[in-house]
Amino acid sequence: MRTSILATGFSCVALMAAAETPVLTVYAGDYFTSEWGPGPAIEAGFEAFCNCDLQFSTGDLMPRLLLEGDRTKADVVIGLTTDVLARARATGFFGPHGQDLSALTLPVAWPDDTFLPFNWGHTAFVYDTTRMEAPPATLEAMRSLPEAVKVVIQDPRTSISGLALVLWVKAVYGDQAGAFWADLAPHILTVTKDWSESYGLFTAGEADMVLSYTTSPAYHIFAENDLTKKAAIFPEGHYFMAETVGKIAATDQPELADAFMAWVLTPDFQKTIPVANWSLPSALSQADWLEGWAALPMPDKVLFLTETEAEAMRVEAVEEWRAALSQ
Amino acid sequence: MARGAVAVTGAGVAALVAALVLLPLGAVALRAGAWPSLVPGDAQTLWFTLWQAVVSALLSCLLAVPVARALARRRFAGRGALITLMGAPFLLPVIVAVMGLIAVFGRSGLVNGLLAGLGVAPVSIYGAQGVVLAHVFLNLPLAVRMVLQGWQSIPAERFRLAESLGFAPAQVALHLERPMLRAVLPGAFAVILVVCLTCFAVALTLGGGPKATTVELAIYQAVRFDFDLGRAAMLSGLQFALCATIAVLAWRAVTPTSFGAGLGRAPVVQARGAGPLLADVLAIGLAAGFLLLPLGAIVLRGLPGLAEVPVAVWAAAGRSVTVALISTAATVAAALVLALRVAQGGPGALVLDGIALLPLATSGLVLGTGLFLLVQPWAAPSDLALPVTVAANVALSLPFVYRLLLPEARVLFADYGRLSDSLGLHGAAWLRLVAVPRLARPLGFGAGLVAALSMGDLGVIALFASDQTATLPLVVQRLMAAYRIDTAAAAALVLVAISFALFWAFDAWGRWHAAT
Repeated sequence: MRTSILATGFSCVALMAAAETPVLTVYAGDYFTSEWGPGPAIEAGFEAFCNCDLQFSTGDLMPRLLLEGDRTKADVVIGLTTDVLARARATGFFGPHGQDLSALTLPVAWPDDTFLPFNWGHTAFVYDTTRMEAPPATLEAMRSLPEAVKVVIQDPRTSISGLALVLWVKAVYGDQAGAFWADLAPHILTVTKDWSESYGLFTAGEADMVLSYTTSPAYHIFAENDLTKKAAIFPEGHYFMAETVGKIAATDQPELADAFMAWVLTPDFQKTIPVANWSLPSALSQADWLEGWAALPMPDKVLFLTETEAEAMRVEAVEEWRAALSQ
Repeated sequence: MARGAVAVTGAGVAALVAALVLLPLGAVALRAGAWPSLVPGDAQTLWFTLWQAVVSALLSCLLAVPVARALARRRFAGRGALITLMGAPFLLPVIVAVMGLIAVFGRSGLVNGLLAGLGVAPVSIYGAQGVVLAHVFLNLPLAVRMVLQGWQSIPAERFRLAESLGFAPAQVALHLERPMLRAVLPGAFAVILVVCLTCFAVALTLGGGPKATTVELAIYQAVRFDFDLGRAAMLSGLQFALCATIAVLAWRAVTPTSFGAGLGRAPVVQARGAGPLLADVLAIGLAAGFLLLPLGAIVLRGLPGLAEVPVAVWAAAGRSVTVALISTAATVAAALVLALRVAQGGPGALVLDGIALLPLATSGLVLGTGLFLLVQPWAAPSDLALPVTVAANVALSLPFVYRLLLPEARVLFADYGRLSDSLGLHGAAWLRLVAVPRLARPLGFGAGLVAALSMGDLGVIALFASDQTATLPLVVQRLMAAYRIDTAAAAALVLVAISFALFWAFDAWGRWHAAT
């Protein structure tokens, strides 16, 4: 079979690993390196001072790492979300980041010595002010939406944001989470595989609210000059999510990997995050945010589950969601 | 005829296909180790998967009969273009098709706008009915084409004879059309059933929630989210068994037709009277509306962003076209060899037939994961993204082309086998003078299908993709993930346009050769 693959006549990427330039291989999520993601700015910024060649390798992070095992080519992995950290840590592939965490500006404590957060945000329901004049004021109010209001969410079994939602509900309602889902179920227009399909349905006018992030309105404001998309802010609190960077312990480029980890916390790196990733920087005080970002409505209360808590809750929370929506 | 050569290459191709499908599955199962048990919800998943697939396939086939009959017996301006255009939904990437359907049948879509104007309660596309609607939208074109080909395979001379004997429409149906449908429909039903069984993007967007979970979705979850390879292997084994059962049942239901050879004249199917005319106009009109309105919506949605499509889209389009053309050449060659070999009959034909349909039952995700496991000890998977895409495209589209070629290959041997033998025609000359001209129509249609399907495939290379090898569907997805929804719609339109152009070019070649 391999011969047949080779016989197809393709030999695509010529590895231009010039001998004198060391290569830092960074595994990143699929969205990351396109010209609309944060990858290109990060690559250019790091290569400006590292005397190296930063090469992104994109695709599913955890499945690929687990399949590759010791053979992995990765030196650094960027984009592991808080929800997969327990499983990522359990692989034993990652070594300590060795960075001073005092620069972090997250709304939650982050004592982790392995994974370094580089951005953050919260899940939120986003609505369009031209179609919804009175958005629900609380998460509790989502249980008694007017009959015609339809919400589109993501599947917690296939999507990070969908999983964050069921953990959010579980964190607020505990044993009553199933009852919450039963009340919301008639308003759920549909459940999509990932975030982008949901968001597409919302912008096409199919749904009144979409499960997204508190930072989603920023894209519409700063890229489209459209002020009609807003995140409904609830006093019960919003679920915190961060994306992190981890260093592969067995990397053959330890100095470069360390330099990259250190660079993640510098203002140069942090300033690229908001408009490239449409999320909040993890180590940049509000005074240094781009103009207008600090004015985005943000919740007062942040719900944060440690990875142990989240992992302990995950299976039960997803099953409650599935059972309630399958009625 | 070089029967020996066909037999040897046929066996070789079959072995290659079997290896391509079974080795990755084996690699995944081997890596998984422990064999997991079913979890709550699996029974519901299995039931929903089966139920929606049976209903979708049944509806697609039933609706295809009047449409194909109308297209077979009427001649009107633009008929050829309409037939080609109506094939397009089958070629759409599922996510693009869903967006088109939503624009027509969604909450704020065309149909509900009209209904609201009439004061009628709105219809909802979300739920099981939406899944069936979408599957019929995607697969009705395939069913129509398969049945239409059945009609066209009845030699014109038989219809002339029926007419000169004064057959009533009921007698034409009894002696000519019903035997043809008996031969064509079970195959079409089985193929569409299996397509619907293994499809999950439709169910997930339109299904309305976890009630509409399909087996393929559970596999997706196991591979990409839970990283539970044991569960992925078990579920795809289950899917395999399900599809294999269906294939065997369909095989038993197929009865080959024997209309004998004709002179290859254009068929003149007559149905006089106002009743049949009205039925035909309705069938064509409704099918065209159902299939073409969502296409129109996709075009309208994509046009505004077309001017500012980024360079990356065109680069990806170039890669996708290259991949599609290589996949097409390999698939058509493999399918032709297999179909000729199986049509010859003899020992092993049944086994080869099973192998040719094997890839239909496989899960693209498990195939991709298995290939990754197989390739990874030898080479960097990202360097092999495009070859692996080609291999997966060939495997996943081979059954369609094979299915299209097989009945015609059987007819070819039955009608022209003895003549070819007595003339001593064999080898390349036989291929050029007998096989290709007689099979041109399904060859062209099949090549068009592979080319278009290869433009759209995505699931398999999720583990392999790198930036330098991003194909067009991947770029569409990246644009959507970066909020660039208008640009994504434009890129999707580019994708649809190229897929359709490729399909049209191959299909037109086939029809042109069949006509001369």
